[in-house]
Amino acid sequence: MQSFTGVGVSPGRIVGSVRQMPKAVSEPPAGEKLASSTTAEDAAVTLRTAAKVVQTELKERSVGATGAGKSVLEATALMAADPMLIKGAVKLITNNGTSAERAIWESAASVAEMLHNLGGYMAERSTDVLDVRSRIVAELRGVPAPGIPASDTPFILVADDLAPADTATLNPAIVLALVTSGGGPQSHTAIIARALGLPAVVAAVGVDAITDGTEIYVDGAAGSVTVDPDADQVAAAAAWATTAATLAVFDGNGVTADGHLVPLLANVGGAKDAVKAAAANAQGVGLLRTEFCFLERDTEPSHEEQITAYRGVFDAFPGKKVVVRTLDAGADKPLPFLTDASEPNPALGVRGYRTDFTSPGVLKRQLAAIAAAAEGTEADVWVMAPMISTADEAGDFAAMCAEAGLTNPGVMVEVPSAALTAETILGKVNFASLGTNDLTQYAMAADRQLGPLAALNTPWQPAVLRLIQLTVAGSLAEGNQKPVGVCGEAAADPALAVVLVGLGVNTLSMTARALSAVGAVLNTVTLAEAQRLATIALAAPNALEARAQVRAELPVLDELGL
Amino acid sequence: MSERTATIASRVGLHARPAAIFAEAVGALPVEVTIALEGDPADDAMDASSILSLMSLGAANGQVVVLRAEGDGADEALESLVKILETDLDAE
Repeated sequence: MQSFTGVGVSPGRIVGSVRQMPKAVSEPPAGEKLASSTTAEDAAVTLRTAAKVVQTELKERSVGATGAGKSVLEATALMAADPMLIKGAVKLITNNGTSAERAIWESAASVAEMLHNLGGYMAERSTDVLDVRSRIVAELRGVPAPGIPASDTPFILVADDLAPADTATLNPAIVLALVTSGGGPQSHTAIIARALGLPAVVAAVGVDAITDGTEIYVDGAAGSVTVDPDADQVAAAAAWATTAATLAVFDGNGVTADGHLVPLLANVGGAKDAVKAAAANAQGVGLLRTEFCFLERDTEPSHEEQITAYRGVFDAFPGKKVVVRTLDAGADKPLPFLTDASEPNPALGVRGYRTDFTSPGVLKRQLAAIAAAAEGTEADVWVMAPMISTADEAGDFAAMCAEAGLTNPGVMVEVPSAALTAETILGKVNFASLGTNDLTQYAMAADRQLGPLAALNTPWQPAVLRLIQLTVAGSLAEGNQKPVGVCGEAAADPALAVVLVGLGVNTLSMTARALSAVGAVLNTVTLAEAQRLATIALAAPNALEARAQVRAELPVLDELGL
Repeated sequence: MSERTATIASRVGLHARPAAIFAEAVGALPVEVTIALEGDPADDAMDASSILSLMSLGAANGQVVVLRAEGDGADEALESLVKILETDLDAE
């Protein structure tokens, strides 16, 4: 029985058959010519046929799709055999003897550039042209189309790593679980898996060699993948299916066994998420990622567009707290109108609040839009800046908020310097929210996206827990009982959530899917027990031990399969 | 050479869904049809069956475009296309 060990990032036990995600299509070499045995006429015919095949395939997929996805697929299907695209390529084949693969590659590149230069909506469509190009080249080469395989039968997706764009084509009714050879606990795969409630294991070296159709067992809590599962594992998967159903509901009341209240909030990216989170009984929004409303945009959204986007979230939570994070562009979330793509070290570059240094005005306009959107809604609107490093920055941000008429300014604590100086920083603002993903990346000097560093990149690291403890202590020392929350992925791990409560964190904000599991576990411990577990975790020699020792004290986790 | 003008009725202009519907309709016709903004030289006219051309044309709501076609059935073909352009395709 062959098995692989990775990092479990989203709980669940499941048995299913494997589908490997095809590798990204590589660029045909520049200057690649037609093979001597192929005439230009034949190559042109081959290209047109391939384009038609891709078109038919996309059209068929559009039939099964609904809403926005459907019209995108319909338009993309038309692009596949578009006369402009194909004629451009045929010209290169006929005049220069360029190979069909290279010809379509170049033709699509110039079309995409043309669309990009038109700006706005057209620029956003340029990625569709490049997607179509990859599909045509794959068809010409006789390899599977890139992206998540289309299938009617459920399967476990095995990939190197997933990109944010893959979310759109990932059907959680068909994909049973995610397993990747790369990526870390904070990678996009992990975030997508938690958001969709799919069991997932990342950084499992060697899984890319598993052949399609192989039956495997995935344990998303233990981080293990087993080929040809035994009877016990099949039974464990069946038991999980039952547990998952009972764990599906959160009653909207985050509280420990002895009645200590810990509001459980949701992380959302827009109105659609917010409506779902409200339906899942989230007690508010602990993190509205405003940049998610504007990813893949070339230009700054208008005042009105921003108001509509924010208002949709506020309206989903009348009478509840909604914490808005101002634009967090840069590093893994570049926005063309804010991000300098040529930075040698984007994670340490001009990102988050720092974009106000180089693109002044954008933040000010965003705060004005948030204030306008908040007017007339019943939501309790709080605003925080990402990537604050100093008390001066916190003070400047508070002043900008006051100018916009926003009365509850706060900061994200994700740079270690902010945790270390929490007392002075909280002297300038009303609250702090720990972004544990970045805090871990910076404390451990380990890139979030790198699989080989996955072991370093976990919020279970005692050093990270110490920084969280220092932030809470800073708030106590400041003296005005200013709240400290956690809005990173750490809050979605039920065992770690208990530790965070023990460290003195006031609120936990997570993907709405995790609310029920975190709520259920929190309900079984008293505050004193949580504090004891926090002490154990802080004293552990390393992250693995911290996690293992805390989990050993929480038998409820195993009972629930978490 | 047959020629017709049409005013774009779709609120979003001739892109996205309206452009897809129009390009598909042109592709199904037996004749080749070109499209240009009113006032632009006929030499700059684009292939109307290409959604990418239509998108780069960027005709907005209320703008007038010129359709041209040659050969048998050109008149009927253009007549049917004018109808499509003068319907708000986004409203469906």
